[in-house]
Amino acid sequence: MLGKTAGGLFWMARLLERAENTSRMIETGQRIALTRAGSGADDWLSVLQAAAVAYGYQQKHAEVLPELAIDWMLRDPDNPSSVMAVITQARHNARLVRTALTHEAWEAVNSFWMLLKEALARKVATRDLPKVLSLIRERNALVRGAILGTMLRNEIYDFIRIGTFIERADNTARILDVKYYVLLPSAAAVGSRLDNVQWDTILRSVSGEGGYRLTIGPDVTPMGIAQFLILDKRMPRSLNFCCAKLRDNLNYLATDYDLRLPCHQQADTLCRRFMTHDVAAIFDYGLHEYVQEVLGHLGKLSHQIEIDYRFYG
Amino acid sequence: MHLAIKHLTHYTYSAPVPYGVQQLRLYPKPTRGQRLISWSVTVEGATQQAEFTDHHRNHVVMFSFDPDVTELIIRSEGVVEMTDTAGIVGPHEGMAPLWLFQRPTDHTRAGKGCREILRSVEGDGNLARLHDLSTRVHAAIAYETGKSEIAWTAEDALAAGHGVCQDHAHVFIACARAMGLPARYVSGYLRMDGQDEQSATHAWAEAHVEGLGWVGFDVSNAISPDTRYVRVATGLDYTEAAPISGHRYGTAAENMDVTLHVTQQQ
Amino acid sequence: MKPHRDRLVATISIAQAPGQGKHDPMDMFDEMQGQNGQIRSPYAKFDAWLSEEDAARLRAKSREAEDLFRLTGITFNVYGRSEAEERLIPFDIIPRIISGREWQRLERGIEQRVRAINAFLHDIYHRQEILRAGRVPQEMIANNVAFLPQMIGMMPPGGVYTHITGIDLVRTGPDDFFVLEDNARTPSGVSYMLENRETMLRMFPELFSRNQVRPVSDYPRNLRRSLAASAPAACEGTPTVAVLTPGIYNSAYYEHAFLADKMGIELVEGHDLRIVDGRVAMRTTRGYQPIDVLYRRVDDDFLDPLNFNPESALGVPGIMDVYRAGGITIANAPGTGISDDKAIYSYMPEIVEFYTGERPILQNVPTWRCNEKESLDYVLAHLSELVVKEVHGSGGYGMLIGPAASKKELKEFERKLRARPGNYIAQPTLSLSTVPVFTKSGLAPRHVDLRPFVLMSPEGINVTPGGLTRVAMKKGSLVVNSSQGGGTKDTWVLED
Repeated sequence: MLGKTAGGLFWMARLLERAENTSRMIETGQRIALTRAGSGADDWLSVLQAAAVAYGYQQKHAEVLPELAIDWMLRDPDNPSSVMAVITQARHNARLVRTALTHEAWEAVNSFWMLLKEALARKVATRDLPKVLSLIRERNALVRGAILGTMLRNEIYDFIRIGTFIERADNTARILDVKYYVLLPSAAAVGSRLDNVQWDTILRSVSGEGGYRLTIGPDVTPMGIAQFLILDKRMPRSLNFCCAKLRDNLNYLATDYDLRLPCHQQADTLCRRFMTHDVAAIFDYGLHEYVQEVLGHLGKLSHQIEIDYRFYG
Repeated sequence: MHLAIKHLTHYTYSAPVPYGVQQLRLYPKPTRGQRLISWSVTVEGATQQAEFTDHHRNHVVMFSFDPDVTELIIRSEGVVEMTDTAGIVGPHEGMAPLWLFQRPTDHTRAGKGCREILRSVEGDGNLARLHDLSTRVHAAIAYETGKSEIAWTAEDALAAGHGVCQDHAHVFIACARAMGLPARYVSGYLRMDGQDEQSATHAWAEAHVEGLGWVGFDVSNAISPDTRYVRVATGLDYTEAAPISGHRYGTAAENMDVTLHVTQQQ
Repeated sequence: MKPHRDRLVATISIAQAPGQGKHDPMDMFDEMQGQNGQIRSPYAKFDAWLSEEDAARLRAKSREAEDLFRLTGITFNVYGRSEAEERLIPFDIIPRIISGREWQRLERGIEQRVRAINAFLHDIYHRQEILRAGRVPQEMIANNVAFLPQMIGMMPPGGVYTHITGIDLVRTGPDDFFVLEDNARTPSGVSYMLENRETMLRMFPELFSRNQVRPVSDYPRNLRRSLAASAPAACEGTPTVAVLTPGIYNSAYYEHAFLADKMGIELVEGHDLRIVDGRVAMRTTRGYQPIDVLYRRVDDDFLDPLNFNPESALGVPGIMDVYRAGGITIANAPGTGISDDKAIYSYMPEIVEFYTGERPILQNVPTWRCNEKESLDYVLAHLSELVVKEVHGSGGYGMLIGPAASKKELKEFERKLRARPGNYIAQPTLSLSTVPVFTKSGLAPRHVDLRPFVLMSPEGINVTPGGLTRVAMKKGSLVVNSSQGGGTKDTWVLED
């Protein structure tokens, strides 16, 4: 396979995942806004932060307003990480790697883009927002389904999965990074209503409310959330889960090519050093420092994959 | 007479070059009055990729840069046996039709400047007219190094009024073609009298004259090539006969140093 | 960057419409209705089916077809517009039907023509016997920018120059086919031929059980086999074939990806390629892998910045050196443009005779070469009846359609013709055949042309039955040009 193609698949998957994450963040923001009084400016700011688009927003707007924040995240042409921009880039990558995709997978991406373009042609009215968000979720699911159901389990598939899990791990780590302070023992001691909302926000932004109840139990605690989002092996958005999948998919490539490269070593290190502790040890070490290091490793790993598999010249 | 030639081209780059290719036309051509006794071309910093004979019957070798090199050294050396032919190269050979050498190229398109020269050209018969043309081009463009550009066309050089051997050859060729005669560019080596070290490779022109075939004209020195001139490559203009041409990726700046010795052995 | 001109959106420039004044509409030949309103036999079964269909269902089908195309992404990019703009080429659901007998003659003519083109190319880059024999004037080649000196004396692997050719045909009567233009560089449109058939099969399966239509779906397999058979001597084992595209913003990118996909080969861009171990090699996830045959959809000028246009970022520096050293096959060979040039076109009958020793089976459109004084006089005297084309132009640039031109335009062209007569040819306006298209108000005749696709390898010539029918969607229009609203149809060749 061409190095360029591997890169295109990797980025297509990352961008699709990113769009889904961003739309989930918007959903979370809406949810908070509905459950409390006040402007919600702080909540929207933290949503923007968790989606890693706050900086650009603040360059453009002085004030955080819900409808501006939503528009920014969905379709503002000045935001290169808006859902519209990201899906356009994902489709661009899909076109680039058209020959590596099945007909179904390509059509799913292409129709996603076409429908989104139509849905986001104008500013989305609040009452239409749920419809647009569910369109994004459904269309992403359709793409994932087409990939799962029609693609051979070969290197093409491996690169798609690697892109997906790197982006997802990055996303979860970022949410933890923005919100780590509400999980600190000092904050837990307060036990206020505000914290409950914050915790709820974290779980919702990874679609983890139900999963949490099933695996950890009915009581939402900082320790429990950290355990669930970082170390749980069944939670498909936990760092542990994503890193394990990353390592697995990289290993499939190593087996397939009969060649172990520096990125394999790095993925092993990531799993061994960061995913084998218990949650208490992580808190002892410092949650913030821990998450920062994980983010740094993910960035390095992504770069190493680019080099090892010759994405660029 | 034997001429021993040592030609070294040393490129240095301001930053590592990720990739690039170099095309070398550095093998003296089989020519009447010119016989290779020995010849070798070695390159450091690049790997040979292809070797072929082009449509002008030049021996071409293409190299690719080794990854991230910061210098490239190209050495060509050997001994050539020379006998005098009074500047006459002889009948046209090879598959390229003679009319090809009547086609103007971007570097050899006759414009206002060339037409002005052509108006004053005199002589009985084409050969005499070509000699006269050579003299007039020599007069129109003062030989001055370091002030012309490699991309100059014949008209650019005429407008500037100065240039190097490349410009002399281009103007001569443009005019000869405008006269309806096939003409071509020659790059090669010249041993300047009384000196072993030469400042650069040389270039001159050839025109095709009925009955004689190709005849050489060194406009820069206002003479016809003799045993001191080693023909290396020919082409419609500089771009086809350049000893070295290349294409690089990346943004590194290039510096080139040439040392050339042409020594008379007997 | 100069736009890479896609030949599909670049050719048609034919003659003028009958019905635009001078011609009697009754002269017009409709391929379904004939000249007298009697359904012609190739269309008999289709007509019977059509008469049982109701318009509402067909309208729905027509919309469905468009949705299908949009979803598949069969679009072309439009130059001069925002880079992301992609447009659909309209698809018409009424097939264009050619009988097996009609096709047989066309096929023989096409084969003969392609064989002659290839022989001409070999000759013109070697001994130039045809010039020595005086059958084509030397200045036609000597003054032609399409002649590529770098190809002199170069024998392409297997002796094949035109691996893929598109021959544009027009029709004026039951037995009258004319070659309008040869496309020997990088003809496009074959993806539409294939997708049009797929769409028809999906929408009207019943039609294909009533009619025995010769399949076109083997084209990608044949193309790959044909390219592989042209591998260079340096090839070891099974030839590696790849498609070279100028990139995702090229107007025909969809087709490049489509063909690579259907052939199961890599789609590469210039920056994926380097010269490694004497071969052109592509950067894969496992390192550089040599390519044996490169089906390039990049024009000559942009192919190699070392040897041609140094500004080109689309090409592969040094690929010509590797080619000349026998390390790769470039398809089509560089320099084939000398054979499909408009000035050379007028000599095609002589060229066919010279190399095949046979009378040309396909006719040329009569052509006045304006560099000949008598012709120029005639052309100037009849300017308002003629189509005048620039010799090296394409895509209808710098063209005059006499009957549709204003007084001012005619004057302007007269001036141009007098200034540079050698730059122009002129042709009569032909009464082009029509085929019905499906419109809101029922069937309506529209002018069509046909581009059959021809593959050539050392093993022989293969013509896909049918080809791409382009149709002018506007009433009376002769512009089948896709950039000006022209559409396409599925083309059927029947097994008689």
